[in-house]
Amino acid sequence: MVESRTKYDRQLRIWGEQGQAALEQASICLLGCGPTGSETLKNLVLGGVGSITVVDGSKVEEGDLGNNFMLDGASVGKSKAKSVCFFLQELNDAVKAKFVEESPEALIETNPSFFSQFTLVIATQLVEASVLKLDIICRQANIMLICARSYGLTGLVRISLKEHAVIESKPDHFLDDLRLNNPWPELKRFAESIDLNSTDPVVHKHTPYVVILVKLAEEWANSHGGCLPSTREEKRHFKDLLKGRMIAIDEDNYKEAIEASFKISASQGINPALRQIINDSSAEVDSTSSDFWVMVAALKEFIANEGGGEAPLEGSLPDMTSLTEYYVNLQKIYQAKAEADVIAVEQRVRNILKRIGREPGAISKSNIKSFCRNARKLTVCRYRPIDDELNSPMPAELQKYLIDEDYSIAVGFYILLRAVDRFAANYNRFPGVFDGVMDEDISRLKTIAVGMLGDLGCSGSTLTEDLINEMCRFGGAELHAVAAFIGGIASQEVIKLITKQFVPMSGTFIFNGIDHKSHLLAL
Amino acid sequence: MGESTGRWRDLDKLLLRPGNIVSPNFEPGTELRDDLQTYARVLVVGAGGLGCELLKDLALSGFRNIDVIDMDRIEVSNLNRQFLFRLQDVGKPKADVAAMRVMERVSGVNIIPHFCRIEDKDLDFYSNFTIIALGLDSIEARSYINGVACSFLEYDSDDNPCEETIKPMVDGGTEGFKGHARVILPGKTPCFECTIWLFPPQVKFPLCTLAETPRTAAHCIEYAHLIKWDEVTTKSSFQFCFCHSSSACSHMLLIMYILFQVHSGKSFDADDPEHMQWVYSEAVKRAELFGIPGVTYSLTQGVVKNIIPAIASTNAIISAACALEALKIMSGCSKTMSNYLTYNGLAGLHTKVTEFVREKDCLVCGPGVLLELDTSVTLQKFIELIGEHPLLLLSKPSVTYRGKTLYMQAPPVLEEMTRSNLKLPLYDLMDKVAKDVIHVNGMTSKNDTKQSCLLKLRIVFKGIDGMTDMDMASGA
Repeated sequence: MVESRTKYDRQLRIWGEQGQAALEQASICLLGCGPTGSETLKNLVLGGVGSITVVDGSKVEEGDLGNNFMLDGASVGKSKAKSVCFFLQELNDAVKAKFVEESPEALIETNPSFFSQFTLVIATQLVEASVLKLDIICRQANIMLICARSYGLTGLVRISLKEHAVIESKPDHFLDDLRLNNPWPELKRFAESIDLNSTDPVVHKHTPYVVILVKLAEEWANSHGGCLPSTREEKRHFKDLLKGRMIAIDEDNYKEAIEASFKISASQGINPALRQIINDSSAEVDSTSSDFWVMVAALKEFIANEGGGEAPLEGSLPDMTSLTEYYVNLQKIYQAKAEADVIAVEQRVRNILKRIGREPGAISKSNIKSFCRNARKLTVCRYRPIDDELNSPMPAELQKYLIDEDYSIAVGFYILLRAVDRFAANYNRFPGVFDGVMDEDISRLKTIAVGMLGDLGCSGSTLTEDLINEMCRFGGAELHAVAAFIGGIASQEVIKLITKQFVPMSGTFIFNGIDHKSHLLAL
Repeated sequence: MGESTGRWRDLDKLLLRPGNIVSPNFEPGTELRDDLQTYARVLVVGAGGLGCELLKDLALSGFRNIDVIDMDRIEVSNLNRQFLFRLQDVGKPKADVAAMRVMERVSGVNIIPHFCRIEDKDLDFYSNFTIIALGLDSIEARSYINGVACSFLEYDSDDNPCEETIKPMVDGGTEGFKGHARVILPGKTPCFECTIWLFPPQVKFPLCTLAETPRTAAHCIEYAHLIKWDEVTTKSSFQFCFCHSSSACSHMLLIMYILFQVHSGKSFDADDPEHMQWVYSEAVKRAELFGIPGVTYSLTQGVVKNIIPAIASTNAIISAACALEALKIMSGCSKTMSNYLTYNGLAGLHTKVTEFVREKDCLVCGPGVLLELDTSVTLQKFIELIGEHPLLLLSKPSVTYRGKTLYMQAPPVLEEMTRSNLKLPLYDLMDKVAKDVIHVNGMTSKNDTKQSCLLKLRIVFKGIDGMTDMDMASGA
C-alpha cells in the first residue's frame, strides 16, 4: 500500500487521492488492440485503472510486430487480445486485465448489452458505421465513449457522451477571488485595524497588499463619487497613489499591490460562463437530476440571496509579502467567510433535496464544500451524438475551417478520414493498400471526397490533390509513433473523464503529422 | 515494388512510396529503409519518462542502432510512467534496464546503454550519432547537449552552415498535463540557447521570508531544509536576515546557503528518508509555532526535491512527436515540423506550433566567437584569455582541437599528461594553420549558478599567409 502511494506519487500530485480512487474503480473496455489501442491502455494501466478488458478477434501477424510494442515474436499466430493483455498486465499487477477474443464489429452488432458493464469504452480503428452504432449503444447505457484512430500521418480522437460536469476544473490561470472592491464586514474591519501610515518600517513593508488595496480602493471611491478606477488614465493614477505611499524603494508589498491593482477594478458578480450554467434548463431540478445539478440549483439560490450576486467565496489567499501574523489572520478571515458560504449553500442543497423527494443528506458536506470552492470554475461539457455530426452537418462551421489556412490540412484530413471509410464500404479495403491500383484509388478517393463535401453542404470547396495523394500513400498504415501520440491523447482524455478533474476536449481532434498543425474541429 | 506484408508492413507505406508532401531529399525505396536500419545512429539522452517512450518509439520507427545515456537508477516513483521498469528493477541503472527491455521485445534492434553522466563522454562519442533525441528534465543538461551538438557545426566562408556538419536534435519536455516537442537543426533553426528565455528561472524564496515572516507551508519546509538543518549540523547559528537592521533587506538567496552547507559537516541528502523525515517534523513544528496550515510529508518531499508532477500520457504524446520528427528528419518521408510544438491538456486540448527564429549572434550555434591571436600565445595564455573574455568568462576549461585533447582539467592523470602543452604556443598545437575552430569545455556562470558548457571558438592567427581578419571580423 505504501509502495503504491510511492509508485503513484507523481500523479497523485496532479489528481490527488480522490482522482486516484476514481481511476482505481473504473473499468475500461478497449475495442481493437493494435498499436493505437495498446498504447492508450498502456498509459492507463500504468496509472492504475481498476480493470481493463481488451476486445479483439484477430490473430497476431508478422506485420503487427513492426508497430505494436505489446507483442513479441512469440505472439505471432496467437490471439492478439490475449497477447496484448499479457504484456499490459506486466506493467501493473494492481490492474485486473481481461481479454475477449471477438471482433469489436461483431460484438457491436450482436451483443450491445456487453458494453453496459463498463465505465468507459475506448474504440480504436473502427470505421464510421460501427462507431455510429456503438455511440447509440453507449449513450443509451450511459457509458462514456472515446474513439481513437491512427491513419498514416493523421488520426483522430473524439469523446462522445451526453454530458460531463466538472467541479474541479483546475484551470492554470484563474483570477483569484479576493473581493478587494467589495469587502465583507470582517475583511473591512481587519483592514481598518491596520494603519498604512505605520512608522515602523518593518510593519510598513510587511502590510499585505490585500489590506493596502482594500483601504486605498475605498479611499479612491470616497473621492470619486463611489466609483473605482476604470479608465486607463484612472488606473495609472491609482498606481501612482500606491507608489506615493511607499517609504522605501524595496517595499515588495507595495510592488505587489501595484501589480495586483487591476484586481480592484474586477467586475462584480458572476462570470458569463457561470451565468450560463445556473440558467441552464437542467438547473430546474427534479428527482431525476444529478447531484451536480442539485448543487447548481442551490448555488443559483445562494447567488440570488445570501451571495448578493456573488458565488461562494473560494477562501484561498495567494502568498504575498506580509508579517506572518497579518497573513495568518487574513487567511482565517477568508476561510471563515468561505465556510459560512458553504453552510448557506449546504442548507439550500438539503432543502432542495427534500423538495424533490430525495434524502436531505444524500449529498455529502465534503462534496458541497468542493463544489463551493470551485463554483466560479464549474464546467459543463456536452457532446453532439455522432449520428448528428454525420447526418446533420454544420456547413457554415465547416466552410470556416476550409478557408482558414491554418486549418486547411486538418480539415482536409477530417474529410478524408471519413472518405476512406466510405471507400472501404464500397471496395472492402482502404485506398492505397495495394501498390498496383494506386492511381485508380487516388481518383476514386477524390470522387468520394468531392461527393462527401457536397453532402456536407460545401460543394464549392475542394481538397488539394497533394493531400488526397498522401492519404492514398498511407494505405491505412498504423505507424507506431502516430499511434503513440493518438493513444497518449486518448488516455489523457480518459483520465480527465474518469477523475472528473480538468476539462476534457470538445469536438473532434484531428492529428496532423505533417507539420503538427493539429486542430480541434467543432462540428 | 511488391506489397509489403512483412514486419515493416505499415512503415513501408511511408518509406517505400513516393509522396507529395515530403522533404526534397526523400528517395523512397527499400534502400532508404535499409539505410535507416544500417547507417542511422540515434542517441537517446535520458532513460526516464520520455527516454523510455523514445526508445520504444524509435525502435518501432525503423531505427536499429540506438544508444541511451542516463546516470540515474530506478526508483519506485518512476513506475507510474517509465513503463520499461518493474518493481524488481528498483536500484538498477535506468539505461541498462531500458535497453534490455526494448531489445527483448523488438528483435533486431541494438541498444547500447551508457550508465554515466553526459559530461563523462567526450566529443568523439557524440560525433558518432546522426541524430540526438533529448528526454531530459533539466535546463542545464539540455544546454550541455545543445552545446555538444552545435560544436560539430561548421560554417563556410560565407558564414552559411555546412549541411553535412548539422547534428539534428529533437527535444521533449513535460510537466503534468503540459509539454513541448521541438526540432533543432543547428545553424538552421534556433538552438536551445537561442530561445533560453523560454525557460524562466526558478522562483526562489528570499531567506529573510523563511527566517522572519513565513506564511506558507512551503516556507516552513524550506526553513527546516535550508536553515535549521545547517544550524543543527554545524552547531552554530547564522544571522541570515538583515530585514530588521535596515529597510534594505539583502534578500540573500538560497544559493548563499549552499555555500554555508559546504562548510557544514553533514550535507543534506534528499534521498535519505531519515533526513526527509527530520525536515518534515521540523517544518511541522515551525508551522505550529506560526499557525500556518498545510505541511504534509508529501509536500515536504515536493518542495525539497523540487518534484515536477509527471504522468504517462503526456510523456507518450511528447515522445511520440519527437520520434516522428526524428523519422521524418532522417528519412525525408514528410515535412519537418518548424519548429516548436506546445501541448496543453489541462483545459480542453491545445496544440500549437511556433516558428521561433535564430538568435543571430548566438554564442553556441553561431559561427563562434572570433579570437585573433599572435602565434606566440601559449595554451596557458589562451586559457587565461578566455577566462577574461567578456562574452565567454569560461573558467577551468579543457581544450580540444580537431578531436585532439590539448589540455584536460580532470581527471588528474589526464591533466598531468596534457600539462606540458600549457607552455607551448597554441599555433604549434593547432598544426600551424592560419585559422580554425577550437573547442573549449569549462564552467560558466548563469543566474548565479555555475554550469558546465561547451563552446566553439574561431581562432585566427595574426599575420599568417597574408591572411587578414577582415572577412571574419563580423563574427566577433
